[in-house]
Amino acid sequence: MSATVPLACKPGDYKSDTKPIWCPGCGDYHVLLSITRAFAALNLPPEQLAVVSGIGCSSRIPAYTSCYGFHGVHGRSLAVGAGLKVARPDMTVVVASGDGDGYSIGGNHFMHACRRNVDLTYIVMDNHIYGMTKGQPSPTTEPDFDTALSPGGTGLRPFNPLVIALASGANFIARAFSGHVNETAKIIVEAVHHPGFSFVEILSPCVTYRPDQRAWKDCVRSAPVEPTDDAARAARRLMTDDGFNLGVLYRGDRWPYQPRAAATVTDLAEFEKGFEI
Amino acid sequence: MTTGAMLLEAACAAGWNGLLTRSVGPQIRGGEAAALVRLAVEPVECLADHFDLLVGIDWMNAQRFEAEIPLHPGAIIVNDPAVGEPPAAMRAAAGRVIELPITALIKANPAWRANMIALGATAELLGLDSEVLHALISKRFSDKGESVVAASVAAIEAGAAAMAAEAGVAKLARAQKTDVRRWLITGNEATALGALRGGIRFAAAYPITPASEILEWLAPNLPKVGGALVQAEDELASINMIIGSSYGGVPSITATSGPGFSLMIEALGLATAAEVPIVVVNVMRGGPSTGIPTKSEQADLNIAVYGLHGDAPHIVVAPQSVPDCLLTTQWATHLAESLQTAAIVLSDQFVGQAQVAVSRPADVAFIGQRLKATQFEEPYKRYALGGNGVSPMAIPGTRGGQYTADGLTHTERGTPTSGGRDHLAQLDKRRDKLDLHDYGGLWATLEGEGEIAVLTWGSLTGAVREAIARAARDGVKVRLIAPRLLMPVRPAEMAAALEGVTRLLVVEQTHSAQFHRYLRAHYTLPANTSVFHRPGPLPMRPGEIHRQIMQGAAS
Amino acid sequence: MSGPVDAVKVSSPAELYALAYEIETDAVERYKLLADQMQAHNNSELNRIFLDLARAEGIHAAEIQRMAGERGLDAQRAPIGAWRTESPEAVDLAAAHYLLTPVEALQMALAGEERALAFYTGLAAEATDPAVKKLLKEFVAEETEHVELCHRLIRRYSTGSEHPEDLDPPWAVD
Ligand SMILES: Cc1ncc(C[n+]2csc(CCOP(=O)(O)OP(=O)(O)O)c2C)c(N)n1
Ligand code: SF4
Ligand SMILES: [Mg+2]
Repeated sequence: MSATVPLACKPGDYKSDTKPIWCPGCGDYHVLLSITRAFAALNLPPEQLAVVSGIGCSSRIPAYTSCYGFHGVHGRSLAVGAGLKVARPDMTVVVASGDGDGYSIGGNHFMHACRRNVDLTYIVMDNHIYGMTKGQPSPTTEPDFDTALSPGGTGLRPFNPLVIALASGANFIARAFSGHVNETAKIIVEAVHHPGFSFVEILSPCVTYRPDQRAWKDCVRSAPVEPTDDAARAARRLMTDDGFNLGVLYRGDRWPYQPRAAATVTDLAEFEKGFEI
Repeated sequence: MTTGAMLLEAACAAGWNGLLTRSVGPQIRGGEAAALVRLAVEPVECLADHFDLLVGIDWMNAQRFEAEIPLHPGAIIVNDPAVGEPPAAMRAAAGRVIELPITALIKANPAWRANMIALGATAELLGLDSEVLHALISKRFSDKGESVVAASVAAIEAGAAAMAAEAGVAKLARAQKTDVRRWLITGNEATALGALRGGIRFAAAYPITPASEILEWLAPNLPKVGGALVQAEDELASINMIIGSSYGGVPSITATSGPGFSLMIEALGLATAAEVPIVVVNVMRGGPSTGIPTKSEQADLNIAVYGLHGDAPHIVVAPQSVPDCLLTTQWATHLAESLQTAAIVLSDQFVGQAQVAVSRPADVAFIGQRLKATQFEEPYKRYALGGNGVSPMAIPGTRGGQYTADGLTHTERGTPTSGGRDHLAQLDKRRDKLDLHDYGGLWATLEGEGEIAVLTWGSLTGAVREAIARAARDGVKVRLIAPRLLMPVRPAEMAAALEGVTRLLVVEQTHSAQFHRYLRAHYTLPANTSVFHRPGPLPMRPGEIHRQIMQGAAS
Repeated sequence: MSGPVDAVKVSSPAELYALAYEIETDAVERYKLLADQMQAHNNSELNRIFLDLARAEGIHAAEIQRMAGERGLDAQRAPIGAWRTESPEAVDLAAAHYLLTPVEALQMALAGEERALAFYTGLAAEATDPAVKKLLKEFVAEETEHVELCHRLIRRYSTGSEHPEDLDPPWAVD
């Protein structure tokens, strides 16, 4: 992404005047900066972009952009996004979720979206917590993290979304950290350009329920390896990393799903023939 | 099974009207199965009270069908002596048994098939021309080769010959062949065609009995018109996919049955709140839970009308016959698109899977017409108030129309709010746009006159119509009132339809009289109202409805 | 500031303008977001402070643009900032809180200005192109002034250096 572009699109052009309700300090503000920068870099007019989400703090992001937005119900954003993209292949579709929305209630859609490989970008703002409902454990919460709903911790092993994405057939897998606004923006640009289902997990701290995540900025590091297109190698890396390696970790070359074809029948009376005697 | 379909097709080609339903055992394949066919000169919309002819190819587990196949006292059973006896109750009910030595014939001619012999025998007993059958055989089997066609024709001839000597069998009245184009179609196919005609260009699908045929018809045909069907991972996905595609400006549909419909409820509310037009077909089967997948019931009325949480006005329509599935689905698409809301089509297993021979249904002009925003004031108000409540919708890709569709209570611009004023204003808007719409005469089928009326809905309409015709022959005039539009309710129209009615019979196929409760909640019914209701799986027949009408008429 | 700053090389005035412009516009975006947050959380005093800061950075950005000429920036500007992670002057959005006091806010700004100053000072020391070196000296002077301004303002708001303990429990809203 070193090519230069005219200054036509500025990040600010992709921000709406709706004021976010997020807690000051929330990582999602950074993600908003990254997304608007990525959109400016993509140089697409806002009306050609759609941001689709479910429910959660993170899922509030569509209305904060100046693009077409869809804020649906909890956990179903990928289905809405896939329907939109298949019906309107000319649109660039970005789906945004949280770890609860995307991995728990929407877990089944996540797997099948990876497998279906519709050409869209899936951004999950992972804060290892249900922020919006006041701090219950999500599938990525550490086993000993104490919450009102899980006194003493869940005792459950966290879910590894990147491994699941790979196993399910995602065509592009990256991890980013919200605090690295530019790096995250660049990853989003690459994810949008990459054909098929691109998954970007963004570690995005919840300052209110996970103040401990302020320490993430000191834990994250660039993945010490180049991206690979070898799923087996990617699997080994993802299974063994500690969750803080950043960057594009897998780039596949599967052809995207696109069933919409040009019409071959113009007169609907054609279809009656099948019923005629 | 092929035998029943071929009989219907041949009868249809010869000018008869007919209806075919099937009944099968629990086996996926190769279990006991019965094809139930009704043929008549006049249009046929339901099963008759009794069957006149029962042809047994074998009788293994045939007692399972005893309740479903009541025989007329004069009925004929055709039986192959080599495969045993018909069930005792069936034998006792019938007037006559004719032997057809199927097994012996096949032994002598191994290329012959039992069902072809049975078909020939049936055709002969009914008085169906053999040329029609021959033409059908050539059409169906020509790709299997000359010898198959020849063997089938020979088997049919042999079956017919075996019956030729039987005297005193009443033949069907001869049908007039007309120039009107004739169709052989199931309700599910008609539903799918209606959707296409209404402008549907995207479908998302999760298979379920008895709705899958709608999806399977759309799968190869949507791409031909530049559309697409996606198989989803579950019904939560399928309904949300069509919300996404419709948000993108493409009229969209999904079809399911009770269990899947239950999963779709949350997203149905989203479609109404975010004002995204969608069409959801629920082909009702026996419930609750997995229930009876292969049998009909009307017990999803409550969930379709009331299932959504919050105050979520939406459209519920119900087709009244197999060909009406076409009209009703086309209309539902038109309503969903014009009113920017969710439209539920409450079909059922009976009309969905019954195949009928009918004259080509008349064309109707309904086509999805969404009010789109193309010019924008700053800033664009997606959910603008005023007028008839339908606000112009910007389609993604349109410059200047960017907005965020939201299921949260929102302002005119779509911005989430918990303010009482916006909440009320948007609730009013969504109610008014549905209430103020002119649904025209399609809202209900209203037939006949008199002080007695039968109020029914959906696939029972045909059986009720037939019961009313019988009552007329008994000299009792009865009105038929069958709303096709179940939501929003039409109090003024219903009051007019009930004007002068002193006795009302409500007929429905539910265990808990859901329809009657719904009517009582929304309409003023005559003091003398009785309800005839029972659950599936047995279809409700004209005779029992007729008896209910006459009982009251006598008292 | 949350992310590491990468080493950046500057070899012409045009490149330097592009870089400085990037730094200033990043700051504008962040201050605007902070102002939004404060407005959304009914902290109008902080809303004003952040809007003022955004305006100041915006003036600076416009000045750089004028110096470079619109086309001069175009030619050099990468689609997304040159830094792998963050601009040197980036205020740390993660440090915000709805009860933020003016002093805390100005300290956030000060941290950014100090990093910017260090960044330009470092570049100036390394610069070999005389035109670039001259420009960088101007930038260093400018940032020094900003740092001092922050100090002055902090002294003015001498009280309330730490925000009060948050006694309000958070709400669940969706
Ligand atoms: C069907 C349904 N169940 C539960 C909820 C309540 N709910 C709202 S947001 C949320 C969790 C959000 O967590 P996450 O996706 O991680 O988002 P975050 O707030 O952490 O960004 C839940 C359970 C809901 N809105 N809908
Ligand atoms: S609760 Fe957590 S995730 Fe939600 S806005 Fe606040 S900091 Fe962000
Ligand atoms: Mg979360």
